Amino acid sequence: MRRRIILAKLKAAIIGSGNIGTDLMVKLGRSEYLELTAVIGIDPESDGLRRAREAGYAGVDTGIDGFLADPSLEADIIFDATSAKAHIYNNKVCQERGIKMIDLTPAAVGPYVSPAVNIGEHLDKSNINMITCGGQATIPMVHAINRVANVVYGEIVATISSKSAGPGTRANIDEFTETTSKAIEVVGGADKGKAIIILNPAEPPIMMRNTVYALVEEGKMNEQAIRESIAAMEKTVQSYVPGYHLRTEPIFDGNKVTVLLEVEGAGDYLPKYSGNLDIMTSAAVRVAEEFAKNVTKETV
Amino acid sequence: MTIERDILITEVALRDGSHAVRHQYTVDQVVSVTKALSNANVPYIEVTHGDGLAGSSLQYGLSKVNEMELIEAAASVAGDSKIAVLLLPGIGTLTELKEAASLGAKMVRVATHVTEADVSPQHIALGKELGMEAVGFLMMAHMAPVEKLVQQAKLMESYGADIVYVTDSAGYLLPDQVTERIGALRQELQCEIGFHGHNNLSMAMANSIAAIKAGATRIDGSVRCFGAGAGNTQTEALVAVCERMGIKTGIDLYKIEDVAEDIVAPLLPVTPTITREAITLGYAGVYSTFAYHAKRAGKQFGIDARDILIELAKRQVVGGQEDMIIDVAAELAKTKGAVAAK
Repeated sequence: MRRRIILAKLKAAIIGSGNIGTDLMVKLGRSEYLELTAVIGIDPESDGLRRAREAGYAGVDTGIDGFLADPSLEADIIFDATSAKAHIYNNKVCQERGIKMIDLTPAAVGPYVSPAVNIGEHLDKSNINMITCGGQATIPMVHAINRVANVVYGEIVATISSKSAGPGTRANIDEFTETTSKAIEVVGGADKGKAIIILNPAEPPIMMRNTVYALVEEGKMNEQAIRESIAAMEKTVQSYVPGYHLRTEPIFDGNKVTVLLEVEGAGDYLPKYSGNLDIMTSAAVRVAEEFAKNVTKETV
Repeated sequence: MTIERDILITEVALRDGSHAVRHQYTVDQVVSVTKALSNANVPYIEVTHGDGLAGSSLQYGLSKVNEMELIEAAASVAGDSKIAVLLLPGIGTLTELKEAASLGAKMVRVATHVTEADVSPQHIALGKELGMEAVGFLMMAHMAPVEKLVQQAKLMESYGADIVYVTDSAGYLLPDQVTERIGALRQELQCEIGFHGHNNLSMAMANSIAAIKAGATRIDGSVRCFGAGAGNTQTEALVAVCERMGIKTGIDLYKIEDVAEDIVAPLLPVTPTITREAITLGYAGVYSTFAYHAKRAGKQFGIDARDILIELAKRQVVGGQEDMIIDVAAELAKTKGAVAAK
């Protein structure tokens, strides 16, 4: 007879009751490894908190302090979808309680993680950063090329619909390019990285589009190996972002490889054209689930 | 001696013209052009990669020489002329702006798509903080209704822009449309209004004059039409036309003609011309820099560049989206192949 070990779910909470917070809420509702307990915000009139309560979760309107002060509420892991500034404080008080933080803001207190690339490296960290939407979409492909042929320069262009770019993205547009560029190097493995972001107001809103240009070291080009690696990576990312796909076969031109990608959102709470936000929430949940699997593996 | 000017011309051959020379300007070229422009009393000279600060990239084309070296060199010989830089948030950042200012740039032109002004407040604010003139540059101005253009222009003015430009990046607008837009801005804004034209439909001069008549006091020109697509309003001709119309530019006509003929023209075998691709840019309303890339992609995939450009317009593609050109070319080639196979 085979014994089925039922693993206890890790308890999770979300700080930030906006669109990203609600989309995370819907995804966590499906999770086999995570149990959402609360959505935390600061505005009692917030629609997001109302949606959370309607869905059966606690809707805390007194911020992280209010959540931590409530003995009936618990979390082992918290997603922070607020702002870089707020995250510094949120992280500090949560670290004091030994809560793991998944940072979806540009604060980047902890190391950059892309689940398709380096989730295994940082399972012991108490804070990890989800880079940017453009980073999550493109860094897997930079890595895919780099793992078979050294990438000396990786450049990405992320194009998102204007409707999907909220005030946070617009006010932090410089941070987007800087954080993504750095992560292309640190996580993607390129010797040098560059990132560009473009907003397009077309109606109907466009799907998120990403282009990756990689310059491979002289003499290291291996078209067949790169094609196979890219194809394998596409499948890896699709395991947590089903709407992620190549627009066309990668294009080879001397030592330059061009990969054209499109990300269609799952449409959980955010519309499908918000693939840029969906890839962030999907990646964040994927990372949290990996943490959960790792923790329960230790205790069993 | 103060030079009297009714309008202030910004010379863009060393920025928009960077597209024409595939961003291969050298320090010597920039120095000789800047010196001569300054000598001709051109008030503003824009020096940057064609796509603005940090534009050197695989997406837009790599610069032969780091643009900061070109900016520094230009500033060193600019005399009374002021060096301006272009910055597109999403490409260039505050870091590059600080560096450009430290090297002598006196004006920053912060460019966004016509509907996306709200990515520019930090950049405009920093420009002002650094003691520069700040310009809000609304690109692809044909792609929004006049009311939207006014709303976005007001935002840029509220961020601190001294001047707001109607930028006809695709060379799409016709004179009446320019009159309407400049007129609307002149009515609603307190700051100066500018116009940047492209000559894809041979309308740059007429559009510039219409803009001046409607209240614009800042006009862009490029000597010998050195700019993307079919180039911009030809500066030396603009100076002559303004003189005839009694509009003072302060620029010496003979000297600016000599800059064009003796220094700039020899830089390219063929000056920017109204080719069939350029006409298509203006006709369909596509960002002027796309012509070169569309031609190249057309050759690579066996597709007429015009078909690529028309499809890009259908998809409402905006400035900066050069990667879409490959995407469209590849897709059209696939469809063509599928049709041929039937």
